[in-house]
Amino acid sequence: MKTITEITNAIKSKKLTARQAVERALARLDEVQGDYNVAISQTRERALQRADEIDTRLAKGEKVGRLAGVPFMAKDVYLAFGSPTTAASNMLRNFEAPYQATVINKLEAEGAILVGKVNLDAFAHGASTENSDFGVTKNPFDKTRVAGGSSGGSAAAVALDIVPFALGTDTGGSTRQPASYCGVVGVKPTYGTMSRYGIVAMASSTDTVGTFAHTADDAALVIDVMAGQDLFDSTTLPDRPKSYLPADNKLGKLKIGIVKEYMADSVQPEVRQAVLKQAESLKKLGHIVEEVSLPTLDSALAVYYIVVPAEVSSNLLRYDGIKFGHTAKEAKNLEELYGLSRDQGFNAENKRRILIGTYVLSSGYIDAYYRKAQTVRTKIIDEFDKVFSKYHVLVGPVAPTTAFKIGQNADPLQMYLVDVMTVAANLAGIPGISVPSGEDNNSLPIGVQLMGPQRSDPMLLALAKQLEAAK
Amino acid sequence: MSKITVDEVRRIAALAKIAVTDEEAEKLAKELDDILGYVRQLEDVDTTGLEPTYQVTGLTNVTRKDEIINYGTTRKDLLKNARDLHDGQMKVPKVL
Repeated sequence: MKTITEITNAIKSKKLTARQAVERALARLDEVQGDYNVAISQTRERALQRADEIDTRLAKGEKVGRLAGVPFMAKDVYLAFGSPTTAASNMLRNFEAPYQATVINKLEAEGAILVGKVNLDAFAHGASTENSDFGVTKNPFDKTRVAGGSSGGSAAAVALDIVPFALGTDTGGSTRQPASYCGVVGVKPTYGTMSRYGIVAMASSTDTVGTFAHTADDAALVIDVMAGQDLFDSTTLPDRPKSYLPADNKLGKLKIGIVKEYMADSVQPEVRQAVLKQAESLKKLGHIVEEVSLPTLDSALAVYYIVVPAEVSSNLLRYDGIKFGHTAKEAKNLEELYGLSRDQGFNAENKRRILIGTYVLSSGYIDAYYRKAQTVRTKIIDEFDKVFSKYHVLVGPVAPTTAFKIGQNADPLQMYLVDVMTVAANLAGIPGISVPSGEDNNSLPIGVQLMGPQRSDPMLLALAKQLEAAK
Repeated sequence: MSKITVDEVRRIAALAKIAVTDEEAEKLAKELDDILGYVRQLEDVDTTGLEPTYQVTGLTNVTRKDEIINYGTTRKDLLKNARDLHDGQMKVPKVL
């Protein structure tokens, strides 16, 4: 029983109880955890308690939600009850959330059951889950390779059939890329679609809630439940589409552009082939597909690695050894309390990003770096706007290669280059979906990326479904 | 543009309140130099007439009704992860 629909049908027809669904998920997790290191914690007690509540309501014939009894897992940046919220960092190893994230509450209100928290690069700083302070998550298709990142655990949880859906985040590709490496659907929504309240912040102008699932229908249902304005997050959009479900969003003939800058010779040949194969499928479905050039995209990675570290350096100032998180017991004064707590709690990548961010915001450098980067960001956004006035959708790879070997990208800058095709969507706040699109010569999954203008999420999900059905 | 030296790393680390060790500072100097070297390519991008974008929703001054909201958490819950408490307040080392 892989998908949400299979589980909800089984529960409705009384072939499965919510408790059984949860126990199955936890049993599967126990089976694979040793080999793949998917999870950081389980929320077994609370999950079983909630499952029993749902089973009681079902037995009484009471109304239950659209996701009643469906188990799921969440990247360990989602504040939730039942286990610590660690952000996979030594900084928050023992942090007990005093409240839950809005999207967790929304999913629970529809009957979904959180069974545990999954691994990520600490504070979501990374593209492989190698920067986790809890060990790397291995790729379900090859244990010598990474699951991707930063939401590697979320992608693996779905790929390994532990749960039918999982939450990640996408700030620069952290949902789309691991989805591509693990052969599952990964959705980055339009910025502001879902509330970020209760999610450990990374970069506030690009952070989004990422959804992992096996199918476009499943992802769309979860998104439909989570989307909407939230009083507690003033960056959420004031209105939302009536429905994200493909069934409610009929597509006409679309004009689709293959992004020239993402199809360079340096991209793995099988990855480019997968994009061209999907382009053929799109043509057979009746859409127009042609190449389009977006030259400003060549600057996107440089913009990203100025703007995002800057925002990270600001957001991570809250870890001061006082309010919560790791604290240096030996600190003799305030300076040491800050300095030692932060040096001990953060890892090397966290420090690199904080220091880059601090530098580009500092007096004497802020104009040349931060303000310049945000202005180039405007240029990228304007170019997307221009292209989207002529094309409904853009298509291209998600990453330059399939899953790389653990340890292969040890150089920090080499690792940053993995993000080259995903960051632009975050800078512009536009949606992007990674659609599983075959495998390479080593049987490793390849994802193909669909992007659209802001608020085109229902269209992209419907198109992703068309491509699934066309396989 | 100047190379990132160990002294520069110490200056930035002091601003960011991270007490980096000597070993870390050495390593960071090279790493930050590489990364900043890469992002400096933006110098050559023409942005005449363009303004910076700080956020992509276009929303401004989002307010809420002036009424008391029950957040569903207590002060006790919110303080439970703090290092040092006294009388329902967070205790910190001497500031002045």
